[in-house]
Amino acid sequence: MHRILFGIVLVAAASTQPARADLSVFACEPEWGALSKEIGGDKISIYIATTGSQDPHQVQARPSLIAKARGADVTVCTGAELEIGWLPMIARQAANAKIQPGTPGSFEATSFVQLQEIPTRLDRAEGDIHAAGNPHIQTDPRMILLVAKPLSERFAELDTANAALYAQRYADFAQRWTAAMTKWNVAVAPLKGVTIAVQHTSWIYMINWLGLKQVVALEPKPGVPPSSGYLAEVLETIQHQPVKMVIRAAYEDDRPSAFVSERAKIPAVTLPFTVGGTDEAKDLFSLYDDTVKRLLAAAKP
Amino acid sequence: MRHSSITVGAVAAGLLLGTAAPALAASDEDLSTIRAEIKEMRADYVHKIDSLEKRLRVAEAEAKAAKAAAAKRTPATAATTTAATTVEPAPVVLAAAPPPPQAAAPRAPAGPGAFNPAISVILNGSLSSFEHDPSVARVPGFALGDAGLADRGFSLGESEIAITANVDHEFLANLIVTINHDQIAVEEGYIQTTALPGGFTARAGRFFSGIGYLNEKHAHAWDFEDAPLPYRVLLANQYGDDGVQVRWLAPTDFFLEFGAEAFRGDAFPAGGAANEGVGTMTGYVHSGGDIDDSSSFLAGLSYLRSKADKRDTGGDMFTGTDDLGIASLVFKWAPGGNPTVTNLIANAEYFFGHEQGDFNGVPVDYNRTGFYVQGAYQFMPQWRIGVRYAELQTANVPIALVGSTLDDFGHSPQATTAMLEYDTSEFGRFRLQYTYDEADLRPNNEFVAQYTVSIGPHGAHNF
Repeated sequence: MHRILFGIVLVAAASTQPARADLSVFACEPEWGALSKEIGGDKISIYIATTGSQDPHQVQARPSLIAKARGADVTVCTGAELEIGWLPMIARQAANAKIQPGTPGSFEATSFVQLQEIPTRLDRAEGDIHAAGNPHIQTDPRMILLVAKPLSERFAELDTANAALYAQRYADFAQRWTAAMTKWNVAVAPLKGVTIAVQHTSWIYMINWLGLKQVVALEPKPGVPPSSGYLAEVLETIQHQPVKMVIRAAYEDDRPSAFVSERAKIPAVTLPFTVGGTDEAKDLFSLYDDTVKRLLAAAKP
Repeated sequence: MRHSSITVGAVAAGLLLGTAAPALAASDEDLSTIRAEIKEMRADYVHKIDSLEKRLRVAEAEAKAAKAAAAKRTPATAATTTAATTVEPAPVVLAAAPPPPQAAAPRAPAGPGAFNPAISVILNGSLSSFEHDPSVARVPGFALGDAGLADRGFSLGESEIAITANVDHEFLANLIVTINHDQIAVEEGYIQTTALPGGFTARAGRFFSGIGYLNEKHAHAWDFEDAPLPYRVLLANQYGDDGVQVRWLAPTDFFLEFGAEAFRGDAFPAGGAANEGVGTMTGYVHSGGDIDDSSSFLAGLSYLRSKADKRDTGGDMFTGTDDLGIASLVFKWAPGGNPTVTNLIANAEYFFGHEQGDFNGVPVDYNRTGFYVQGAYQFMPQWRIGVRYAELQTANVPIALVGSTLDDFGHSPQATTAMLEYDTSEFGRFRLQYTYDEADLRPNNEFVAQYTVSIGPHGAHNF
């Protein structure tokens, strides 16, 4: 019995990754994985827990995630309760003191920016709301830059040997990002004041960035799937207050927006929402390239 | 910030056009010079904008501070100051545009209440209907622990209050109190480490054993209203007791976990806290991973050895040992890993049990086996259906026990279950369940309608 156990342990030890980067990052969502890559380069190894086709609210604490979190030096996540249904369970089951909530190894992007839509009434009757505010900050590129700096500082704190490199890579990223934002800001001028319908209220930061106007959401309450009766009400609203397009994230059920798009004769726009949400959104830069391109295409008169 | 960067963008674009036109005829060298110049210019602009923004921020902060100071100095005229602030033209113009994103210092909710533990409540209610009286139902061949069928009619069911918080930087505490038939009981109450090195977790107190797959899950997290037949018969629904647990998560690329527990040995199939109050030992190994983007699995092998010292099950006395091995497999599927619209959870467990000792004064040594297979499928958002089949096999009994509880009368117990579920949200569930129950000699038709709600903080669930 002991010999068998010892054998299993040996096999287990042998199958661990031999070549380790200096810092092992467990990124909850693809956008933070991509940002970690920009800041850390080849000094870090990254495991991205979710894909662009998954709803980050609804992820299972799968065995594979627990195994990856065990060896992580830092979790890079959205925070603001976006991952509340799974990340605490993973952190607990991974038995990894480094990534427990409140430790330097637990990085939450939303704690470094000012959040919008902070609920005035904390009540489950309001649907899937987040006490700290709307967590979907990655829909505004300005937020990425605000998060990049504290992230580089956190990497430097956890891996002091490469601190200078993280700082330098951040400076380089900030320059490239600022240039890209200048380009996007010129391109998106026609979107100012464009009226939209959204499937889930995930877009407040993008709406603020682009000066869009959200008229209606297809979900009666955040996270509550719309019934056909409710969609009829939405259509009525749209009749009085016309919208140019209906927007959904790539991971969301396409039926509600398709239903509205067909009847209201407006384009249904699928936005990547995160890196990997669409084939074109391969990294942070192409995420916004593709988002802007898709919005502009739909807004064309 | 948005406005300024748009302007800069336009200026930059203009500069680009202006310099690019003559460059069409220029040489490569000229081109690279121009590129270098543009690059320099851009860097220069970025730098200038940054410093301008910095100055703006400093100026804003200073203005705010000055205003606050002024208000403080002259409390009597505070109202007029505020009124004056609101009619200042500049802030009104700014208010029309959405606020630009700002960096924020990490926040923590204030007040003594912030340190209150998280409290959540599970409420259950059911309406049960049985063709034959459930209070006299038995499973021939098996001595049952406290695992009878539900009562007929309306029932509040088991209500649960869960309280949890970190104790300090080293460990957490968790208390789950149940109220069932107006009796309050501690279902779980334990402390657990959060910061042990090397992938170890230790737990002490009262808790459900980590054996099998369903055992550790609370009843409200099961996919059916009740436990499958082998759990009900061999573990009195689920094994929980007072004791200690150690788990070790191997540092592997895939999930590999080992666990061992020692318990007091008061709960069925143990009894009487034998062996000076360390009557039960368990050991298990769990492994799992992703098959592809859509599918993942968890497999487990568990072993429970419990001692019974004058275990009393409805008047039958047993003293001896009970060994139980469980092989578990869980498979979960969701298209692209996104369970929001459709998903499937399938699990099966095989049980091998052996009891040896003295049953009502007669020496016994027998094996029993059982298994269940079940699946729950979400076919559209909020709606799930499920089916389950379970079966048990007994062994022959000594002549002296013919006609006793342990006599199966040549019958092998089975149960087939179907359920339909509607979820109002993650926190509210309504369920209808039908079981064709052949556990007893006479088949029983069983219906149950059930609601389960959870209020309080959003819990995190294990796989």
